[in-house]
Amino acid sequence: MGGVHPEENKISTNAVIEKFPVPAQMTVLMNQHLGAPATPIVAKGDKVKVGQLIGEAQAFMCANVHSPVSGTVKDITAVKDPFGMMKPAIVIDVEGDEWMETIDRTPDIKRECNLDSKEVIAKLKEMGIVGLGGATFPAHIKYAVPEGKKAEYLIINAVECEPYLTSDHRVMLEHAEEICIGIDILRGALNVPHAYIGIENNKPEPIAHMQKVAAQFGGRLIVEPLKVKYPQGAEKQLINAITGRCVPSGKLPIDVGCVVSNVGTTFAVYEAIQKNKPLIENILTVTGKKLPSQHNYQVRIGTTYSDIIKHSIGELPATTGKVISGGPMMGKAMCNLDAPTVKGASSVLVIDEGEAVRAQESNCIRCGKCMMACPMGLEPYLFSALVRNDRFEEAGANNILDCIECGCCFFSCPANKPLLDEIRLGKNKMRAILAAKKK
Amino acid sequence: MDINVILLAVLILGVTGAIFAVVLYIVAQKFKVIEDPMIDQIADVLPGANCGGCGKAGCRAMAEAFVKQGNMEGLSCPAGGAAVAEKVAAILGCVAEASDPKVAVLRCNGSCSNAPAKNHYDGLKDCAFANSVYTGESGCSFGCLGLGNCAKACQFGALSVDPETGLPVVDEEKCTACGACVKACPRNLIELRKKGMKNRRVFVACRNTEKGGVARKNCSAACIGCGKCQKVCKKEAITIEKNLCYIDWTKCVACGLCVNECPTGAIHAVNFTPVKPKPKVEAPAAEAPKVDTPKVETPATPKTE
Repeated sequence: MGGVHPEENKISTNAVIEKFPVPAQMTVLMNQHLGAPATPIVAKGDKVKVGQLIGEAQAFMCANVHSPVSGTVKDITAVKDPFGMMKPAIVIDVEGDEWMETIDRTPDIKRECNLDSKEVIAKLKEMGIVGLGGATFPAHIKYAVPEGKKAEYLIINAVECEPYLTSDHRVMLEHAEEICIGIDILRGALNVPHAYIGIENNKPEPIAHMQKVAAQFGGRLIVEPLKVKYPQGAEKQLINAITGRCVPSGKLPIDVGCVVSNVGTTFAVYEAIQKNKPLIENILTVTGKKLPSQHNYQVRIGTTYSDIIKHSIGELPATTGKVISGGPMMGKAMCNLDAPTVKGASSVLVIDEGEAVRAQESNCIRCGKCMMACPMGLEPYLFSALVRNDRFEEAGANNILDCIECGCCFFSCPANKPLLDEIRLGKNKMRAILAAKKK
Repeated sequence: MDINVILLAVLILGVTGAIFAVVLYIVAQKFKVIEDPMIDQIADVLPGANCGGCGKAGCRAMAEAFVKQGNMEGLSCPAGGAAVAEKVAAILGCVAEASDPKVAVLRCNGSCSNAPAKNHYDGLKDCAFANSVYTGESGCSFGCLGLGNCAKACQFGALSVDPETGLPVVDEEKCTACGACVKACPRNLIELRKKGMKNRRVFVACRNTEKGGVARKNCSAACIGCGKCQKVCKKEAITIEKNLCYIDWTKCVACGLCVNECPTGAIHAVNFTPVKPKPKVEAPAAEAPKVDTPKVETPATPKTE
């Protein structure tokens, strides 16, 4: 149902993943994941090594944070995130590159894994693994299947349906074996017979390569080429495409027996379980039509966006309109490039002036394109009208909270109405109303 | 056509009409709701804007509450003020409670010149949404976003966003202190303060709790919590918490001493006579850094020296 076909613009596909140099100073945010911020457990002046635990998960919905560099803790403070909001953080002055002894830094691929399900989940928690598809949901919570529910499908999201982004594409080409081992570990932890890897048909190379590697795993890993459509990689849409099941309104994938994980996460899982390496690096695409060069980097988490831009392209083109973290459909424009990257960061996307400006809004002509485009079968034009008139509860009754914020409605609207903005506002208000009712 | 057919139709309609009239009359008498005529009278004198400032669902609900209670204790119409209170008291036959008239003030001075825009926002023109997305164009996460949710909420046309400063302006004549704008502002920048003698008010037009240097980076008129105002205040009306001063309007006598002391011009004085440029003396005034808020003279200061 629904969906749109934006220009793909995957111009950084052929850029091999490079190691990004370690900057002189590192700022590590304490909330890099969905939920409560981690609690700093180091003090000012402490020496830390690469991979050392510096922020501990004390709340339920939280993930550990590890030092991505070695050096001295300069300050425990609050810094501005890419959107200007103050967030707790640890600032580290980098000295050398001394790793924790427990981390296996050899390039060999380790295949055997004898851990049982509980041990795998404990290790994921220890290593601070979160979902790298965008929502940064802590992995140890996702893989601990609640009692009374049973996982039947493990689905790996390698769709990468967002235009421009190529980090998953490159990881699949360069680390296919590690990914497949990671997937097999997760499959074992969930105790399901098969894992399905969903890849969009517009990536023939990764499909062929993954099929070749997955064949070594005795039929446990199945590569599923999928129709090209945005948002094919949205969780609920992917479940539907692979299993034919629909996640009911207000329910989670596990309610229909599915667990979905991003392909980038499975690479992190491999490194955490087999190499003892916490989540301190991720793959980031630096791309834009007007940039002199396109890059895919393996970046230490906490490098500032301005460092990345400086090292990769020197400075932003004079005609830059927006710098977006994430893809053009769901990403957010940043206002503070001196902010550090976080675990879920997937790209630095530079959009040119001409394309960044929103077109003049006009009146809704009731054409229904937004309804046709909505992959959740909602009525965006209705939400727009209700939110503008402060009728939030009515919007709630029309399932505004089911919106996955993919942006298809806004993309397809011929009147250029800011439908997604209005829906987000309505969702915020509706959540506040529900929270007030609970009290 | 036969005349009898017409007569018959008239007869049938007449008789059924009469039967219905009788039934309706009986039902109306039987199920009659006797409403206190005072409710209508009071509803007529209330402003009728249904602003919700009193805490009731609307003006009629407020009128019912008045009549049910029989007096005005604890109930007041902030929009109507003293004039309406007297009229309601006359209908109810009780004494109107005296109340201090209040007015809305904006606790932010992040105008386009004081807090220049560092980025351009082109999303939905709604303060609540912009606030949920990022800090705002100036980079100050406490300041006014200037998208006018308060102006939209005002039922009396007392608020409008000045395109030059990008800040909402309160029309004191029209403002009824109903509090709708206070609820509408996602950053809690609007406060209801006592109108004061001769309408003179002094308040800190800033809510930024960041350290002085950080706050000044985004806005030249930010309160830096230096405490100079606190030292000169004779009424102990000024408190400092988290690098931010606050003037307690219940204690402030609007002497204006703190206004000239503020190095950033974060303290605003409203309805004071503006200082006339004096070329020779008055050296201390020149020391203060230039800000575009008009410096004012304290009313207590003698004019001749």
